[in-house]
Amino acid sequence: MSKPSDLLQGTLDMLILKILALQPLNGWAISQRLKQISSDVLGVSDGSLYPALHKLERRGWIRSEWKSSENNRRSKCYSLTRLGKKQLEEESANWNRVSSAISGILKLSEV
Amino acid sequence: MSIEQWVYSLPLRLRSFFLRHQVDEEMKEELREHLDQQVSDNIAKGMSADQALRSAMLELGGMTQIEQKCRDARGGSLWDDFVQDLRYGVRQLLRSPFFSALAVVCLTLGIGANAAVFSWVEGILFRPYPAVAHQERLFAVAGTATGENEPTDISWPDFLDLQRNCSLCEDWFVSKITGSTLSIGDHAEVATGSIVSANYFGAIGVHPMLGRGFEPGEDVGSDSHPVVLISYQLWRNRFKGDPDMIGKTQRLNNVPHTIVGVAPEGFYGTFVGRAMQFWVPASMEGTFESGGYKLEDRGVRWIESYVRLKPGGDRAQAQHQISAIAARLQNDFPVTNRGRGIGLWALWQTPFNHAGELLPTLEVMVVVVAFVLLIACANVGNLLLVRSFVRRHEMSVRLAMGASRVRLVRQLLTEGLILSTIGTAAGLLVAYWCRHALVLLLPRGLGSAMYLPGEMDARVMAMGAGVCLLVTLIVGIIPAFQTRHLDLAGPLKADSSGVVGARGRAWMRSGLVVFQVSLSFILLVGAALLLESLERIRSINPGFTTTSVVTTGIPLLAAGYDVPRAKLFQDELIDRLSPLAGVESAAFARVTPLGYASYSSTPIAVDGYNPSPDEQTEVEYNQVGPGYLATLRIPLISGRDFSRSDDENAPLVAIVNRTMVTRYWGGQDPIGRRLQVRLQRKDRWARVVGVVADSKYESVRETPRPFFYVPLRQDFAREPELNVRTTQSQASIRAALIREVHALDPNLALYEMITLQEQVNRSTSPQLVAVTLISILGALALLLAGVGLYGVMSYAVAQSTRELGLRMALGAQATNLLRLVISRGLRLTAAGILFGAVAGLALTRLLGNLLYKVSAHDPAVFASAFVVMIAIGVTACWLPAWRAARTDPARVLRD
Repeated sequence: MSKPSDLLQGTLDMLILKILALQPLNGWAISQRLKQISSDVLGVSDGSLYPALHKLERRGWIRSEWKSSENNRRSKCYSLTRLGKKQLEEESANWNRVSSAISGILKLSEV
Repeated sequence: MSIEQWVYSLPLRLRSFFLRHQVDEEMKEELREHLDQQVSDNIAKGMSADQALRSAMLELGGMTQIEQKCRDARGGSLWDDFVQDLRYGVRQLLRSPFFSALAVVCLTLGIGANAAVFSWVEGILFRPYPAVAHQERLFAVAGTATGENEPTDISWPDFLDLQRNCSLCEDWFVSKITGSTLSIGDHAEVATGSIVSANYFGAIGVHPMLGRGFEPGEDVGSDSHPVVLISYQLWRNRFKGDPDMIGKTQRLNNVPHTIVGVAPEGFYGTFVGRAMQFWVPASMEGTFESGGYKLEDRGVRWIESYVRLKPGGDRAQAQHQISAIAARLQNDFPVTNRGRGIGLWALWQTPFNHAGELLPTLEVMVVVVAFVLLIACANVGNLLLVRSFVRRHEMSVRLAMGASRVRLVRQLLTEGLILSTIGTAAGLLVAYWCRHALVLLLPRGLGSAMYLPGEMDARVMAMGAGVCLLVTLIVGIIPAFQTRHLDLAGPLKADSSGVVGARGRAWMRSGLVVFQVSLSFILLVGAALLLESLERIRSINPGFTTTSVVTTGIPLLAAGYDVPRAKLFQDELIDRLSPLAGVESAAFARVTPLGYASYSSTPIAVDGYNPSPDEQTEVEYNQVGPGYLATLRIPLISGRDFSRSDDENAPLVAIVNRTMVTRYWGGQDPIGRRLQVRLQRKDRWARVVGVVADSKYESVRETPRPFFYVPLRQDFAREPELNVRTTQSQASIRAALIREVHALDPNLALYEMITLQEQVNRSTSPQLVAVTLISILGALALLLAGVGLYGVMSYAVAQSTRELGLRMALGAQATNLLRLVISRGLRLTAAGILFGAVAGLALTRLLGNLLYKVSAHDPAVFASAFVVMIAIGVTACWLPAWRAARTDPARVLRD
């Protein structure tokens, strides 16, 4: 059973920021991209995606605007802000530090 | 959240807050959009339309939950919660209307008392002069003299020098209270007005509604500019709002004045305690003031003035500069200014109006109403506590359903807010009604002449709002403590049957009652101390007999009498009055003791007495007619009283008091010795012909001081006061007086007639105001504390019927139960008294100068307060105890 709470705290936020760093997307597209890149391993339900988006927007890391898509439907498009970019850099650095430490420990036990 | 983030997301949050519906709609649209995409995706994968929708919804999860989560994430839901709490709270309060009404009444009284006192403090002390600009930079100016405690007035030339030389000051102006007989048609009355400098209206920023203010130069010369501005009230009431008043003449003190302007509505002049009716320029001073032309005499100190500092001006710096100017004046004019300084006083300490008099009372009142508010809060807190106990089931259910404790506390705070908001609104209304109530506390007669309005301005409103928030916190937090003890299983268990006054929750309620009792005990002690002081002040022997003497005056000056004619009139009137039935004696005196008029004073010199260089040898004296001493029954110790023959043609004589004998003649009999005085600006030698006992001259609380009398004829005043010792009633002596006065001159009227006793009572009115106020508030506090005690005891009894029933079944008598409950209540009372007494010992000192010959720790006062408090305690416990004693054991055990 993979619930969003199984994700490491903040992982979902980081993934969303990373995805939006590549290009502005709407909610649906973000959810497709999440499934695609994490090959369903992380199992992010769409139900937790939207609250997370709203939370990130409130924190000023992403911003949203309504755009008309190609088939003339209105959809809410999210993009990264300057603050979000900074946050992503910090979190990735953090992540790299923690993960290299952990993998170091794991390798240690293999020896 | 960093500041940058906060600023960045501000528009978003504002949008979530103010455009909640739109934001909500957008969110729903977004989710719908997602669903649509998923459905079409599913269909593309080959599902049927039905299947596609079901699968898509499954994948997304519960729509409503997601929406709520998004709302929470956006943070806009605080307001929704608040509205929800508000609705729920109102419903809860309406469900128990008795409780709510009681709580609101308590808060209304507490907050109303505070708001009323705030409005008085604002209207009398801080912003006393409606319509006057920049009062925050305004200071009262008065003189100081070495060796004297009381501030003095200042002289006109000194004022001009200060005005010219003070660079830190924006405006100096003079406003000296005066009075005038005002006759319009056949109706005459005394009007209160101000003698002002020509810059007055400009300096205070008040623009006349009609006509003009005074022009520069109108305050120069002697009686040279008979112009007057009248107040809006006078214009409306006496001149019927005639728009063509400007340019007409009005006689003031029998001098025709041209009305040049009408002051705007809502402007009452610049004297705390009186509403001014007219303003005349300083050049007309001789018409209104005794003592002749004084504008060029540096030695005559008679004006009351104010200064406004420049914006950003510092009081200490200004005082420094003013002191420097005063020092220069001392140097330049040693004869008149030696030992004289000039000081600034904050408006609320103004020495020459009623502000300084009321300051100590209002200071004490601020503390007292804070106490009353705390007592009221404790009461409401207690009510809420009891109710939260009743509501613990509801609270537990809400907790069990997943409400956070923070949410519960917020709910309780919201309920507190509802109560305190209603209480504050009602309290402000009460204060608004009470804003003119202060004068009602003054003795009748005096009260009607006084003007002491409260001011309900933005600052008072803000104070009210602050109090409201404070109350919300206090009364909301108290039951919130309760939620700490809530556990989910608690309410499922059977109703816990407490013991009367069991531990646990009871400690908090008991604590609140103890707190209330201590506070009310302190107020009780304060009220008793003030009452005792008033009692002692009232029983001071003023040194003359106050009974059976009436005092009044005849406006001879206003009627145009010159000095010889006035002298003749006075002699004739005394001759006509003396033989009347019931009149023991009658005499004129320039000043009647303990009244408003101030005495003349003169530097004196005595053969063989050498004053030290800094010593003030100014002594006050009174000009009295023959028979004055007998009329007031001031005991003559040796020598003789004045007689008719001590007139302007006879050698100058004086009667001195005992303190003067002790100070200047070393206690030896001064009869026949010489006394140098300065009368009508001439040094003269008077021969002492008599010695009288000391009496009180200006205040019953003063200590004995040197004082002497000279014959009225030898230092004449045209409008002395008439004192008549009579066995007749006030009404009949008044009728007789009017008859005799009219026999001499049918055009004359009488001023107000009061008994000397009433005059003495008026002089102690600040004390009376303090006593009345603190008594009212003390009674209120006692009532609230009694209600609090009653509430806690009834609740305890109601909660412990089972225990009481058991005790009874086991053989306890009704009297045992009665005693049990009352002793429990008295223990709380006693604990409260103990704390109150300890705090009281420290706090009663705040009464300071309001106490007279009563120690702040007077044991008798504490003892009587103790007795009263215990009586209140027993009374409050009696009903619950009686109910406890009537417990039916059979029914309780059956239940």
